[in-house]
Amino acid sequence: MDTQLDLWEVFIQKKDGSEHAHAGSVHASDSKMALQNARDIYTRRNEGTSIWVVPSNYITASNPEDAQMLFDPSTEKVYRHPTFYVVPAGAKQI
Amino acid sequence: MTTHNALYKYLLFLGDNGLIQGHRLSELCSNGPILEEDLAMTNLALDHIGRAQAFLKYAGEVEGKGRTEDDLAYKRGEREFYNNLIAELPNGDFACTMARMLIVSSFEYLLFTALCTSKNATIAAIAAKAVKEAKYHFMHSRDWCYRLGKGTEESHRRLQNGFNEFWMFTGELFEMDADFAALANDGIGADLTVLKPQWLTLVQPILADSNIAIPNVDYMQTGSRNGIHTEYLGHILSEMQYLQRAYPDAKW
Repeated sequence: MDTQLDLWEVFIQKKDGSEHAHAGSVHASDSKMALQNARDIYTRRNEGTSIWVVPSNYITASNPEDAQMLFDPSTEKVYRHPTFYVVPAGAKQI
Repeated sequence: MTTHNALYKYLLFLGDNGLIQGHRLSELCSNGPILEEDLAMTNLALDHIGRAQAFLKYAGEVEGKGRTEDDLAYKRGEREFYNNLIAELPNGDFACTMARMLIVSSFEYLLFTALCTSKNATIAAIAAKAVKEAKYHFMHSRDWCYRLGKGTEESHRRLQNGFNEFWMFTGELFEMDADFAALANDGIGADLTVLKPQWLTLVQPILADSNIAIPNVDYMQTGSRNGIHTEYLGHILSEMQYLQRAYPDAKW
């Protein structure tokens, strides 16, 4: 059993304008502690400009047993990929 | 007027506070209450060591005898260290560690804020970096004081015990001697007597909100401005300086 406080999921934004990406999780008893622990664990090497923390029990995950039902139907629909467009030079975020 | 030697000693004071406090915090590596706090405290230890490195490097340059920051850290005797006594005291339990961190980080936050406008450009530059670190150390320990002070009966007792242990070492933080006064007068150092009321204004409400009573002490410990220390500094140095003492100038 986990005796080390509650679990929080950590999302780090690498630079202004980019998305907050999942970095990992931390233990903490409140949101302030979760933010500080996330800072000390996941941004020690200059990785971040912003941090979000969310209690892990607020995340609802899809069931692995449903994976085939949920994701297989999209594998053969190549026409959904915008492969016929030319990406403008200099558009790095696409 | 500021003498050369006064500036050198002042840089040792700033550097040694970082070095000794950093060494104490580094002892908690692998001994934190949870993994996250373990990493946090070693992070904070590294902030102090980095600060020590910068101040002692500059101290060596000011001294002008070709000594590096490593020489000053590892080859000085106990009586040549000028860190505040509170930095060298044992960590005690986690609540004690946080009580001391609150006392020291709030003092350092005010000290480095003042030194950001030092007329000495190198001190101002190091202070500008250190003030951000001290602000974080202050926030981190302040939040823990709230949690422990308002937590269980035991956590409150342990935190109060921490402040009882360390309070008699708070008077020394604000002590000025002739050299410190000259440096403050020339706009190079900080006037610590001005910081004292600011420090009380900063710390008192946090203690009140943590249900901690300010300890009544009749006597404030003193000595470090003259290189007089508690029995604990010698033990820190014997461990910290062991390698250089046993194998002088060892390199790897």
